[in-house]
Amino acid sequence: MQRIGVFVCWCGSNIAGTVDVKQVAEALKSEPGVVFSTEYQYMCSQAGQNLIIDAVKEHKLTGVVVCSCSPRMHEATFRKTAAAAGLNPYMVEIANIREQCSWVHKDMIIGTEKAIILGKAAVAKVNLNAPLTPGESPVTKRALVIGGGIAGIQTALDIADAGFEVDIVEKKPTIGGKMAQLDKTFPTLDCAACILTPKMVDVAQHEKIRVFSYSEVTEVNGFVGNFEVTIKKNARYVKEDVCTGCGICTEKCPQKKVPNEFNLGMDMRRAIYIPFAQAVPKVATIDPNYCTMMKTGKCGVCAKVCTAGAIDYTQKDEYIEEKYGAIVVATGFNPISMDKFDEFAYNQSKDVITSLEFERLTNAAGPTAGKLLRPSDGKHPEKIVFVQCVGSRCDSCAEKGKEYCSKICCMYTAKHAMLTRDKYPDTDVTVFYIDVRTPGKNFDEFYRRAVEDYGVQYIKGMVGKVTPEGDKLKVQASDLIENKQLHIDADLVVLAAAIEPDKSARPLATMLTASMDTNDFFTEAHPKLRPVESPTAGVFLSGACQGPKDIPETVSQAGAAAAKVIGLLAKDKLTGNPCIASSDELMCNGCSSCEKVCPYGAITYQDKEFRMPDRTTKVRRVASVNPAVCQGCGCCTVACPSGAMDLRGFTNEQIMAEVDAICK
Amino acid sequence: MQKVTREQLIERAAALFADGTVSSVLGWKRGEFDYDITPAVFESAEELEKEFVWNDFCGANFSKYLVSKTVKAEEKILVFLKPCDTYSFNQLLTEHRFDREKVYAVGIPCEGMADIEKIKKITGEGIAKIECGEKLAVTTIYNDAPVPVDPSDVLAERCANCKSKKHVAYDELIGDEGEVVSSARFDEVEKLEAMTPDERFAFWQGELSRCIRCNACRDACPACTCEVCVFNNPRSGVENKAPANSFEEKMFHIIRAFHVAGRCTDCGECSRVCPQNIPLHLLNRKFIKDMNECYGEYQAGEEVGTKAPLVDYTTEDLEPGEVFDRRDTDA
Amino acid sequence: MQVKEYRPLIVAFCCNWCSYAGADLAGNNRADYPAEVKIIRVPCSCRVNPMFILKAFQRGADGVILCGCHPGDCHYTSGNYYTRRRMAMLFSMLDYLGIERERTRVEWVSAAEGAKFAATMNDFVKKVTELGENKRLEDLRCKK
Repeated sequence: MQRIGVFVCWCGSNIAGTVDVKQVAEALKSEPGVVFSTEYQYMCSQAGQNLIIDAVKEHKLTGVVVCSCSPRMHEATFRKTAAAAGLNPYMVEIANIREQCSWVHKDMIIGTEKAIILGKAAVAKVNLNAPLTPGESPVTKRALVIGGGIAGIQTALDIADAGFEVDIVEKKPTIGGKMAQLDKTFPTLDCAACILTPKMVDVAQHEKIRVFSYSEVTEVNGFVGNFEVTIKKNARYVKEDVCTGCGICTEKCPQKKVPNEFNLGMDMRRAIYIPFAQAVPKVATIDPNYCTMMKTGKCGVCAKVCTAGAIDYTQKDEYIEEKYGAIVVATGFNPISMDKFDEFAYNQSKDVITSLEFERLTNAAGPTAGKLLRPSDGKHPEKIVFVQCVGSRCDSCAEKGKEYCSKICCMYTAKHAMLTRDKYPDTDVTVFYIDVRTPGKNFDEFYRRAVEDYGVQYIKGMVGKVTPEGDKLKVQASDLIENKQLHIDADLVVLAAAIEPDKSARPLATMLTASMDTNDFFTEAHPKLRPVESPTAGVFLSGACQGPKDIPETVSQAGAAAAKVIGLLAKDKLTGNPCIASSDELMCNGCSSCEKVCPYGAITYQDKEFRMPDRTTKVRRVASVNPAVCQGCGCCTVACPSGAMDLRGFTNEQIMAEVDAICK
Repeated sequence: MQKVTREQLIERAAALFADGTVSSVLGWKRGEFDYDITPAVFESAEELEKEFVWNDFCGANFSKYLVSKTVKAEEKILVFLKPCDTYSFNQLLTEHRFDREKVYAVGIPCEGMADIEKIKKITGEGIAKIECGEKLAVTTIYNDAPVPVDPSDVLAERCANCKSKKHVAYDELIGDEGEVVSSARFDEVEKLEAMTPDERFAFWQGELSRCIRCNACRDACPACTCEVCVFNNPRSGVENKAPANSFEEKMFHIIRAFHVAGRCTDCGECSRVCPQNIPLHLLNRKFIKDMNECYGEYQAGEEVGTKAPLVDYTTEDLEPGEVFDRRDTDA
Repeated sequence: MQVKEYRPLIVAFCCNWCSYAGADLAGNNRADYPAEVKIIRVPCSCRVNPMFILKAFQRGADGVILCGCHPGDCHYTSGNYYTRRRMAMLFSMLDYLGIERERTRVEWVSAAEGAKFAATMNDFVKKVTELGENKRLEDLRCKK
C-alpha cells in the first residue's frame, strides 16, 4: 500500500478564488492510501517545495499528489522536488485544478466538487504508480551518411568539422551526385562544379571522413546510438589505394562503345573509366559488363599500361561491418522515366530531351563541350520549346506521373531559357507552363528577368503532342490565356521531367525501419517541428530523399541534419523516456499487431523458451520493446488483443482507476 | 451430401502415414450423438479406420488446434481443412501462431454443413440417429421410420451464406479447386442497421441476455488464441468470469468482437458453438461490413501477411461522425 | 419531491500534446464550459482502449469524448489515424447495439484551440443532457 501525501495549491487566488482548497485537502484525506494532506499558497515556491520534501521525510511518503496548475506547467518541477526528497520522480501525479477547474468554473461549490474528483483520480493513479527509471544506452560516436551527393557531402562535412568520424557510402564510383552533372545553378548562375568540387576535395582530404564509393548498405541492425551496418564494397577491379587516377587506362582501353551514364548516354566512355575529371575518389573503375578481359579473358590492355599496377581482375566484392551512433539518409532523387510519355516523342526523337540532358549539353565538360547542339544532327537549334510539369502535378495520370509538384523545375527551366537566350540571342525560346512557382530568395526576380530582360516567351498551357517530322519537331499546344491552339515547329524540345526518390530508398527504408510516404519519400518525425529526423530514432534525413528540394534548401537541410547528429553524438549516454511500452512475455501471443502500428519500429520479436506448469518447455514468439527507440505513444497497447502490451506511467490499470475515481 | 467420401480421406491419410509424411491426423470423430461431431487427433491409420468421421456435421474448424498441437509435435501433423477453415489457417500464420513446417494441410471441398436446430424444426426433438447420404435419414425416439431431410434445407447459416468455396492454403487438394462466391451474408446486418436504435437495442438486449458465458464462442474462435484472455486476467480491468447483468453481457461481446475485428475471417464458429443460439456472427460481420465500406474490401486470411484495417490507416479516412453520415445518406 | 437538475457525467480523454494543452488554453482564456467534464490525460489519443470507454459507461458516465491532435499533426505522427479508425468502428458498433450515438464523440483539438475545446465541451454536454441518463450501457451495481 502506498503512503500518499496530498498537497493542494492555492496559486494565490487563482485556485483558491473558486475552489475551497481547505475542503479539497480535507476531502482527499480519507482517500485510500492518503496519509497526509495539506494546502499551501504557492506549492511551486521554494517554501512550498520544502513543505513537500519535509512531508515526504516525516510521513515516509511513497507517493505525492499535487493539486495545482497544469502538469504541462510544473510536473517537471514537482518531480525534481520528489527526487530531492529521495522519492522516485515518477511517483508524482498532478491534479490540474487550475486550468481545468478554477479558471473555467465560476461557482465555488461546483469548482470545489470537481477539484475533489480530480484529486481523487490523481490519488487513484498514484496508488498504482511504480518507480520508473529511464533506460540508458551508450552512443557510438560515429555517423554514417548514405548517399554522396551535395546533401550527403554537406552533412558529412558539418559532422566531421564538429570532430566526429563520418563514413559516406555512395553507390556510384564517385561522390558528387546530381549536382556534379549540372551546369550553372539558379538564381546566382555560378557554375555547379565551381562550388561543388571544392567540397568534394574537402571530403577527400578530411581526416575524419572516409568515403566508401561504389558501395551500398546491405544490412542494418541495432538502434539509435548503436547501429550495426554492413556495407558492401562492390569490386571495381582496380586497387583503390594503388590507383593514382592518371587516367591512361581510360584512354587506352580498346572498348570504346560504352554509353556514358554521366552524360546520360549522350556520348561514349571506355570499359574502364573515371566518371569525370574531378571525381572523388579519383580512381578508375572497370565496368564488368563491357570489359573484354572480364568477358572473354583476353585483352588486359589496362593492366599493361598501368604503371602503378592497380588493375586486379580477380577482385571480389568486400563486406565491411561498422558501428555507428547515427545514420543520415541522403539518397537523393532521379528524374522519372519518360518511357510512358509517348505524346512527347521522347523515345522517337533524339531531339526531345530531359532537362538533365539539357544540363549536360550546355556543360563545358559535357558531350558537346558546352555548345548547344541538337543531339540528332549536331546543328544549332533555332527554336527551343521547354515543357514544364512533365509527370509532375499529375492527378489523372498516376500510373505514369506523380501527384506532387517537383518544385525545382520552374526555376531550372527559367535558368535554361535565360542562359540559352544569353548565349544564343538568335534562338527563339518558348516555355509552356501550368503555373510558374518561384518561392525562394531572389527566385521570382530571376524568373522575371528571364521574361523581361531575356525575352523568353512564357505560355500558360500544356503541350498536347510532339511529332517528329523531317528535321523538325511539330509541337501541338494550347494557350490557355489566349484560348487557342498553337502549332510550333521546334528544333529541340526539353522536358522538365518530374523527380522521384532514388530506387534504392525503399529497400533502405525497410532496413532502417524508417517510414516512407506513398511516393517513397522518407517521412519526417514531425512535418513542422522535426523536419530532418525520421520517426525512427537515430535516423536523419538530408536532401531530396525527404521531398523535392533545390540546392539551397538541400544544403540547409543537410546542415540541420548534421546539427541533430552532432547533438546526438555529443552525448555519452542516451537517457530514455521511462514512460514507454513493455510487453508481458507470459501473455504475448507474438501476433505482430503491435509491431504493425508502431511508428518507430521499436518492437521486435524473438523466440523464447518458457517453462510450462507441467515441467515441459515451450518455445514461443514474443514481442520486446527497445527502450531506446520507443517514444511512449501507447498505440501498441490498444492493438494488442491479449493486453500483454502496456504503457508504463499510463498503464491500463492506472487509467481504469482514474475512470473509476471520476465516475464514482 | 459431401462430394468427397470418408474413405477417400482415410485412404489418403493412410498413405501419408505410410510414407512418413505425417505422424498424426487432426480430424473429426463422433461425439455423444450422430450430429455431435468433435475434433480428435488420430495417431494411426487403424485409429482413423475405427473412428474418423466425415459427413454433414463436421463443422469444426481445426486451424485453431494447430496453435497448441504444433508446439509439441516433433513431426508433421495432417490437418483437413474445408475452404472456410483455410482462411483461419492463413490468418493464424499471419499472426505467427503456429509453425507451418509442422503442418501438412489437406484441402477438402465442402458442400455445406447441417444445422441440427434446423433439423429439429423439421423432425422434432429426440433425435436418436442420423444417417448421412443423399438425404439425411433422421430417426427420432418418437418414430420408427427415419424421416428424410434434404441437406440443402437445413444448411447452417454460415454455409447458406458461404463466402468462398476456394481453398486459400493447402499442401494438397482433394477434389476440385473452388471459387470465391458471392453471398448474402451482410443482408441480416443491413436489416438491423435499418432498424431504429430502440429496435436494435431491444434486439440485442434479447439476444445477449441469453448469454450464459460458457465461453464456447471464445474457445472455438480461431482468432481468440490469446495466451491469456483479457477476461481471465485480473489485471486487465475487465476480468469477468460470468456476467452479473446486462452490461457485462454486452461488455464481453463488444470487447471480443473488437479484439477480433480485422482478424475475424467470418468462419462462423462462434454462432455454431453457441448453446444459446445467439447470432454472434452478426457482431463480427458488422465490423467486417463497416471496414469493407470504409477502408476498402478486406478478407482476413485471404493471404498470409496482410495488414488488417485496424492496424493500418490512410490520411483520408472517414471521421467517426462521418461513418454514421455515410449510412444515413445511403439509407 | 423536487427532482434535482440532471447533470450528466462526462469523461474526456485528452492527448497530452494537443488537446490537453488546448484544454489548458481554454483555462488560460477563462473560457466557460461545464464542470461535468472531467479530463483524463493520455500521451496520445491512440492510447485510449475501447475498454476504458466501456468501463466509463459501466461506472455511470453519460458521455465519453476523445480529443486528439488534428490528423496529420500527431506528436507521434500516426497515432490519431489509428484512433480514428478504431473509434469509427467502435462507435458504429455501439450504435448497432442501439446505444445512442451522441454519447460518444471524437474531436480534434489543437493546442491553439482553447475556444474550440470549450465550444466542443459545451455542445457535447448539451447533447448528452438532452439524452438524459445513460441507461443502455449502465451497470446498476455501480450506481450511487
